[in-house]
Amino acid sequence: MNLKVNGEDYQTLKETVAGLLQEMEIQSGRVAVEVNLKIIKKADYDNARLSEGDVIEIVNFVGGG
Amino acid sequence: MKEDKLIIQGIEFKSRFWIGTGKYKDFDETARVIEASGSDMVTVAVRRVNITDRKSPNLLDFLDPKKYKILPNTAGCYNVEDALRYSRLAREAGVSDMIKLEVIGDERTLFPDVIGLLRATEILAKEGFIVFPYTNDDPVMCKRLEDAGAAVVMPLGAPIGSGLGLRNPYNIKIILEASSVPVIVDAGVGIASDAAVAMELGCDAVLINTAVAGAKDPMAMAEAIKYAVMAGRLAYKAGRMPKKLYATASSPIDGML
Repeated sequence: MNLKVNGEDYQTLKETVAGLLQEMEIQSGRVAVEVNLKIIKKADYDNARLSEGDVIEIVNFVGGG
Repeated sequence: MKEDKLIIQGIEFKSRFWIGTGKYKDFDETARVIEASGSDMVTVAVRRVNITDRKSPNLLDFLDPKKYKILPNTAGCYNVEDALRYSRLAREAGVSDMIKLEVIGDERTLFPDVIGLLRATEILAKEGFIVFPYTNDDPVMCKRLEDAGAAVVMPLGAPIGSGLGLRNPYNIKIILEASSVPVIVDAGVGIASDAAVAMELGCDAVLINTAVAGAKDPMAMAEAIKYAVMAGRLAYKAGRMPKKLYATASSPIDGML
């Protein structure tokens, strides 16, 4: 399945947000995830299914004022 | 001095010096400087996870959540929609309901778009956010933000990162008189004395990033500002003497030869 993750093309066999985060070795505790502009609640990561062409944003905190 | 705590919507702050985490050399320096500042409130920005280098360290590994309250910002947002999107993502990332709301109106000055800011404040306050809006030093706008549900108002002292100090202390004074929410000077402080001036006016706290990160020795400047904020607060509570045009001798006339 072809996705766009943080602006980059990304291919995966994972079918859920939880699976994708696990594959990318991203700790879910400190990120927020958006699929096609919709924020996915942490509790829903296991059930949030991905589809071909989904646009995904994964954000965290960086230094800022 | 009697205990002098700052409490905002039930959240207690030990320090009135709030510090940004931007522009440091690395996360080690960030952690050491913040420790030196004595602050318990730090701002962070919301950005994409680095997916090409996933092993890169995470800022939150360097900030003990027991010691610091994390205030995410919407820096870089130029319209209401983006500011709302970043705020909601920040909340979902799971540190708190607090948001330092920035809706920027101009790239060169980074002055706020106060019309957008007011709209975003209203919406986020209704969604249960604790909104800390970065605004102009305009007493009318500060009142409007308060009415829209802002938890505090954060007028700028001068443009972000300019280090020009408080360019209009009289406006800050008027904002202080008119506000029933805490007033935090955000942006413009260049050195310790600027922070002391803000606190002497009666501000509840100051939020500073570049004055520390841009100093030759950020740790020393963090410490200097820590004391300046404490001194300024104490001086405000002590109450200044009235200004007079002419001299008044401090030594008695009686007993002179």
